[in-house]
Amino acid sequence: MKSGRFLTTVVAPLIALIIAFLIAAVVLLIADIDPLAAFKEMWTFGTTTDSLISTVNRALPLFVAALAVAVGFKMGLFNIGVEGAYLLAALIAGWFGALFSAPAIIHVSLILIVAMAVGAIWNGLAGLLKVTRGVHEVISTIMLNFIAFSLSAYLFLEHFIPESVGGGLSSATKALPESGRIPSLNGLLEMVGIEPGGIFELHGFLIVAIALGVGYHFLVNKSRFGYDLRASGMNPAAAHASGVNPKAMVVKTMVISGALAGLVGMSLLLGEYHQYPQDFRPGLGFTGIGVALLGRNHAVGIALGALLFGFLERSALILDFIDVPREIVTIMQGVILFTVVIVYEVFTRYVTRRTVEAAARATADEAQLAGPT
Amino acid sequence: MTTVVTSPPEPPRGARRPPRMSRMTKFALIAFAAVLIMTIAELITGSADLTTRGTASAALRLSIPILLAGLGGLFSERAGIVNIGLEGMMIAGTWFAAWGSWSYGPWRGVLFGIAGGMLFGLLHAIATVTFNVDHIVSGVAINILALGSMRFLSSLVYTAETGGSVIQSPPVEGIENVDIPFLAGGDLFGWATPDLFGWLENLDLFLISDIGGILRGFAGGVNWLTLLALVLVPLTVWLLWRTAWGLRLRSCGEDPWAAESLGVSVLRMKYSAVVISGALSGLAGAFLVLVASPIYREGMTQGKGFIGLGALIFGNWRPAGVLSGSLVFGFGDALSFRGAEVFRAFVLALAIGLLLAAIWRMTQGRRRTAAITAAVSVGFLVFYWRVEELPTQLLNATPYLITLFVLAAVSQNLRMPAADGARYMKGEAR
Repeated sequence: MKSGRFLTTVVAPLIALIIAFLIAAVVLLIADIDPLAAFKEMWTFGTTTDSLISTVNRALPLFVAALAVAVGFKMGLFNIGVEGAYLLAALIAGWFGALFSAPAIIHVSLILIVAMAVGAIWNGLAGLLKVTRGVHEVISTIMLNFIAFSLSAYLFLEHFIPESVGGGLSSATKALPESGRIPSLNGLLEMVGIEPGGIFELHGFLIVAIALGVGYHFLVNKSRFGYDLRASGMNPAAAHASGVNPKAMVVKTMVISGALAGLVGMSLLLGEYHQYPQDFRPGLGFTGIGVALLGRNHAVGIALGALLFGFLERSALILDFIDVPREIVTIMQGVILFTVVIVYEVFTRYVTRRTVEAAARATADEAQLAGPT
Repeated sequence: MTTVVTSPPEPPRGARRPPRMSRMTKFALIAFAAVLIMTIAELITGSADLTTRGTASAALRLSIPILLAGLGGLFSERAGIVNIGLEGMMIAGTWFAAWGSWSYGPWRGVLFGIAGGMLFGLLHAIATVTFNVDHIVSGVAINILALGSMRFLSSLVYTAETGGSVIQSPPVEGIENVDIPFLAGGDLFGWATPDLFGWLENLDLFLISDIGGILRGFAGGVNWLTLLALVLVPLTVWLLWRTAWGLRLRSCGEDPWAAESLGVSVLRMKYSAVVISGALSGLAGAFLVLVASPIYREGMTQGKGFIGLGALIFGNWRPAGVLSGSLVFGFGDALSFRGAEVFRAFVLALAIGLLLAAIWRMTQGRRRTAAITAAVSVGFLVFYWRVEELPTQLLNATPYLITLFVLAAVSQNLRMPAADGARYMKGEAR
């Protein structure tokens, strides 16, 4: 039913967002805060050019993380391990990139390949554990996350940080040389007539992210592998009967998901920090799960979801100035997650019932037209 | 949940079936063997901290939150609802217990912690039972929501107080420890009783004193909440396996459609189970706050909710199994604080134990399993020989490594409730 598709893919998330905002407003009211004023401040602040650039920048890692999670979701695999994979990958890639200098394209490509490899191995490990030893991937990826935190702490403190100029230990890896950085796109913006406010640089990684999104869409929806992937997720027995090796499929999916996870930190590494500091942005893996759910595992939906979450995070900064706890945004993200999945279920049930009723009516009409047999 | 893609273990060829042992005997034998091997490893390495009172006491204390979370997961999964949100419910438990203790005193804090966990349990129940949301998705959403809401509450309540901030509460009052009378020399109505385990420990005899030390560690300086948690284990067994209510609950997890046809109110049972699961996780959170470190700090759960799930799986969805699993994981956690020397002694003990297990497997005729076990044992031996120094950061990963390793070793032979994670809607055919 055509309108059914529209209902579930467009109307459902919208309604979910409205409900989420209402809930957040109620929470603020209980805390004796004026929600309308808070939302208005957030909107005014969030729609300045600088804020919009920051929103896109913040959305980039979330977008890639959600793609990584979505690849798993398509097969019914829950890759909670994006969090650990991206931190480990960013650390090792950041250290690796500072070791040498090379023509920019090659340098950046090598860094990206290293990051993808680290992520692929780390998440692939969970896939291997699942097919060889039967360990459920939710637990193994969560455990691997914690192990990744410890491992990166160890590598960072013991091996990867250089002496700083003053002779003490610095708090970040060696900075990437110029050839290892992705230039900003602010020049492009000016060409199109948008005046950046001067504080933020639009990350050049945006181009890579768009390529990844297109690649994801084609891989999942237009390729043989994607077909097998979706089939394995919807009906493993049928997929197996049609020639898919389920164990190989699990490992391949986790490897691809891990490779994407490895790229999550790259926009920050190559476009902003240019090194791996001790407090590299955490939490992107978990927020990415939310974005994937919000975007229903579809590239465009994920992009919109990432932009929304990025906008929320950016506009939350103004809340400090009007004495509203910034954490309301984290609550909103969690509530959005809930409302989206619940509303989606409700709509799916409604659409299914309507479809079944329509089919029943159609067959009943046909039987009537055919006359008594 | 995806279908399990591993093949079942191969039956041994031409091997005699070993005589059946009761589960209790088997457990006692394994525990005894473990202590024996660790004592031998201690002798070889010269490190003395594997089987001492201090390590045992720490292991017990660290295992309780895992035990409570695991029991919570047990109730929920036995009713057919996968509960990944245990961590989030525990986080809620920590916050509410700290706030309750800070405002009203420690025991009320316990009640508040339980209530906090139940709140998020109710949310999980609404999403999964009424709206049939995928259980794991809802669990992940609970974890994210709990983290954010507790932070929000902290910013409202604690930031104005001294010692408080968005990620920390001011110090709160905890619950005291107690020595068990007769076994550990506790007071009985003001009369100091003899210290049986302590006496055993001081005899300085090989193995006997080690066992005495371990038991003294379990019985001395133990917290009231610990005792409460341990009592919950037989209580759970009785509740789920000896009452009609428990039978109905378990039937919801094995075949809710059949249960419904017999008149069981499946939806109501699932709700109860998930709310109980939230309550137990909240109690776990309360334990974390009120025992040993009377303060709320963000992130203090450190994944214990997930390790509790691991204990549940390791325990094959039975309470006694959850208890043994949480003791194993608690021991691993205690080890990580003891330092590199003790850790190496433990690795040696593991190597010896696995070697013996490999030999036993060989006698059973399971050649391939024996070979793999032997290979892993050799790997640990090599690790013991070559690795002298262990940085603290890697030691911190011990509990998670142990969980992963243990699950990798045993997941093949476990069986979850048949309808765990299934979508169930009232009135529909299977």
